[in-house]
Amino acid sequence: MIDDQVLSDAIEPERYEFFEQPAYNFNFDRRDFVKALGLGIVFVVPLTRALGQQQGESGRGAPNQAIPNDVGAWIHIDEDGGVTAFTGKVEVGQNTRTSLVQAIADELHVPIPSVHLVMGDTDRTPFDLGTFGSRSTPTMAPQLRKAAAAAREMLIAMAAEQLKVQPNDLRIVDARFVNHDKTKTLTLAEVARGRKLVKVIPDDIAITQPKDWTVAGTSVVKVDASSFVTGKHRYTTDIKRDGMLYGKVVRPATFNATLVSSDTKAAEALPGVKVVTDGNFIGVAAPDQQTATKAANAIAVDWKSPGQPANAELFTLLRQPATERGGGGEGGGAASRPQGSIAEGMAAADKKLEQTYTVAYIAHAPLEPRAAVAEWSGDKLTVWTGTQRPFNVRSDLAKAFHIAEEKVRVIVPDTGSGYGGKHTSECAVEAARLAKAAGKPVKLVWTREEEFTWAYFRPAGVIDIKSGVKNDGTITAWEFHNYNSGPAGIQIKYDISNNDIRFHPANSPLRQGSYRGLAATANHFARESHIDELAQAVNMDPLAFRLKNIKDERMRAVLTEAANRFGNPRLAPGHALGIACGFEKGGYVATYAEIAFEPPSAKEDPKNKRVRIVRVVEAFDCGAVVNPLQLKNQIEGSITMAIGGALFESIEFANGKILNPKFSSYRVPRFSDVPAIEVVLVDRKDIPSAGAGETPIVTLAPAVANAIFKGTGIRLRSLPLAPKGLAAS
Amino acid sequence: MARVTSLNVNGKKMAVDVDSSVSLLAVLRNDLDLTGSKYGCGEGQCGACTVLIDGVATRSCITQVARVADKRITTIEGLEKDGKLQPLQEAFIKADAMQCAYCTSGMLMSASALLDKNAKPNREEIITAMNGNICRCGTYQRIIEAIQIAAGTQASGLRYAESGQEVAS
Repeated sequence: MIDDQVLSDAIEPERYEFFEQPAYNFNFDRRDFVKALGLGIVFVVPLTRALGQQQGESGRGAPNQAIPNDVGAWIHIDEDGGVTAFTGKVEVGQNTRTSLVQAIADELHVPIPSVHLVMGDTDRTPFDLGTFGSRSTPTMAPQLRKAAAAAREMLIAMAAEQLKVQPNDLRIVDARFVNHDKTKTLTLAEVARGRKLVKVIPDDIAITQPKDWTVAGTSVVKVDASSFVTGKHRYTTDIKRDGMLYGKVVRPATFNATLVSSDTKAAEALPGVKVVTDGNFIGVAAPDQQTATKAANAIAVDWKSPGQPANAELFTLLRQPATERGGGGEGGGAASRPQGSIAEGMAAADKKLEQTYTVAYIAHAPLEPRAAVAEWSGDKLTVWTGTQRPFNVRSDLAKAFHIAEEKVRVIVPDTGSGYGGKHTSECAVEAARLAKAAGKPVKLVWTREEEFTWAYFRPAGVIDIKSGVKNDGTITAWEFHNYNSGPAGIQIKYDISNNDIRFHPANSPLRQGSYRGLAATANHFARESHIDELAQAVNMDPLAFRLKNIKDERMRAVLTEAANRFGNPRLAPGHALGIACGFEKGGYVATYAEIAFEPPSAKEDPKNKRVRIVRVVEAFDCGAVVNPLQLKNQIEGSITMAIGGALFESIEFANGKILNPKFSSYRVPRFSDVPAIEVVLVDRKDIPSAGAGETPIVTLAPAVANAIFKGTGIRLRSLPLAPKGLAAS
Repeated sequence: MARVTSLNVNGKKMAVDVDSSVSLLAVLRNDLDLTGSKYGCGEGQCGACTVLIDGVATRSCITQVARVADKRITTIEGLEKDGKLQPLQEAFIKADAMQCAYCTSGMLMSASALLDKNAKPNREEIITAMNGNICRCGTYQRIIEAIQIAAGTQASGLRYAESGQEVAS
């Protein structure tokens, strides 16, 4: 069982979508996975408890040892020497598949192509809370390494016995056991042949330290790249099952609508169409997509919708304290108690500042919309779906259909992105419901409009900051209130002894939840903009001001690295520079952003100027770097995504409808928006690897806001900064 | 109602039986099981569905199948020849231009059309030709480099050597 403390520690308050369902039951039932895997040797890593405590538990169906209930990962070496590892993590484009395979290959000393990683299959992989929070690298990689390290040592011992040499005379090189004078050798296959073993790893087994990495630490390209460049890889949306129907859901007219009446006769009359009505759920399944759409459109529905707010009232609403159950309670994360005295800090200040910053709701807009293929076979339900939390989906399906979790299998193909937006199960449940009624497999793919409307958004937010600073640049007071968007990234690395930092939950008019970086995007925008305003107030250079108020050596290091790489070039006329630094999820980041101002299009006010980002230098420290190539890819991707949230992305809504639910009305960054990006990796082999999927996104928006101020004297305090150019802001 | 009963896809004549108003994308994916072309938006705004019609990059999600019944259709599945990857495909791998890779098919088709018309495009020309394709993961810079590698016009100080090892950044 995952105990409650682990669960609540793992979930940040602003992951509102986690709390939408009742608490669920993590019943990880021991299966005969050993039998299913066939001959060979299986290495199992326990998750939380030391091996000693498990000796008293009885194994079921385990030939050799008691298998613990809480398992992090397992590795199977088969009779042909093939290495298969199993993890509950999933691949959504962060290329975790590649870095985890690297970790195994590195530990086991086998070639990368010989390692196969099974991910996100609830029948075959261990339980996992979900692929979120930049946790795969810091927590899953070490577990797989432990299994691989144990495998290596045990296999060496077995090989030594077969070769009649001492174990310490043997090494594994490229999946072969070789003794020192190279006179005796054995392959992995020859050692594994004819055995059927399960070995539980002691929790304290040593894994290779970063300074000794040989395969990890190098730039390995995406492991199955050729299946993607040929279009062969089957995403959920590409899966076909025999007799499969195509599903479509009839959506309510607005959010919070109640069904008054529906007339499904015309839809039911269409050939091969099955209609399902159940409370507010109305859906169809049809032999082809066109008929499904026709059937859905043929259903006449009467909805009753309450009046609901629009963008204009949003920030006033968000200041009201929450009355509904949100995520966590008030707080500021780990250390939310005020420190020192704000009153004293303000009294000691030469300059005082008080400002408000806002961020809009934005959408994840993953290019593969959410989708599910559901198939009932007897009393077993299998659902393929692109989700970041397969075990959560399994649990929701079991509850929705009142069946045991053991009767549900969720499989996650490598998926067309998520960015924190694919944590919930609605598409899987919808597809399964249609499949149950139709008695055939059903594929349900959300349209782009549904994806922009019926998923959850990154929370909007209002942030008030009150601060004081001495003329010599010392920040004396820092009072920070975040309304609605969340406490991630709210804590400071600045040395300010008088601080009061709080998060206030609110009732959100729109459904909201996790997004890449969570509230760290909002909190860094507000903080790093305000820091710049303080620097301005005492006429100090923004870099010098930050260095004066930060002792943390890793933060100083990334600032210095970014500064050095940006250099001191003479900026072209009409260009301006802004900087920002940040910390989140164990990663330190500093960004230098150079922008240019451009004239508006012919149709616009000639005095309006547009902002274009021309050069970004970003320095990043996440401890020991596993794969420099993929890491840079993630950082560049984060920066590119951040441009949207910084400059032009914003969900427009009114009266329970999303007004811009398409790419033609919700602008996302394109080729023409991307600047020259230079990434500086600060590789700390002496520090355990942190994750990197999120932190690089947090500093781009404030760096750009600071550059806009530098170039125009205009201080913009709302994201998006300039969706229609500067004059309209 | 008219039906379309045959299409020329990747040099082969393929039998179908579909209503003339169905999108080419739906026919490729659902009737011919050529799932390499992707659905991303259904309004021709994201480029994930890009195929070549008589060599011209076209958004198949907003193309009615009847309009291409007598034309030469090329999809991502038609790029490789006898299991051998084209230089563009190799370049995407070398430049590590893929994260979730959902946009990759459309990117390759748009890039293929570009290089067929303009063998040595400069950076601006690449951006103009490719701007209808969205990569939400943000690998744009690497896609540009991949196209330059395939065209043989990559800037000196190449970031990616043969082995995928970074040489200089």
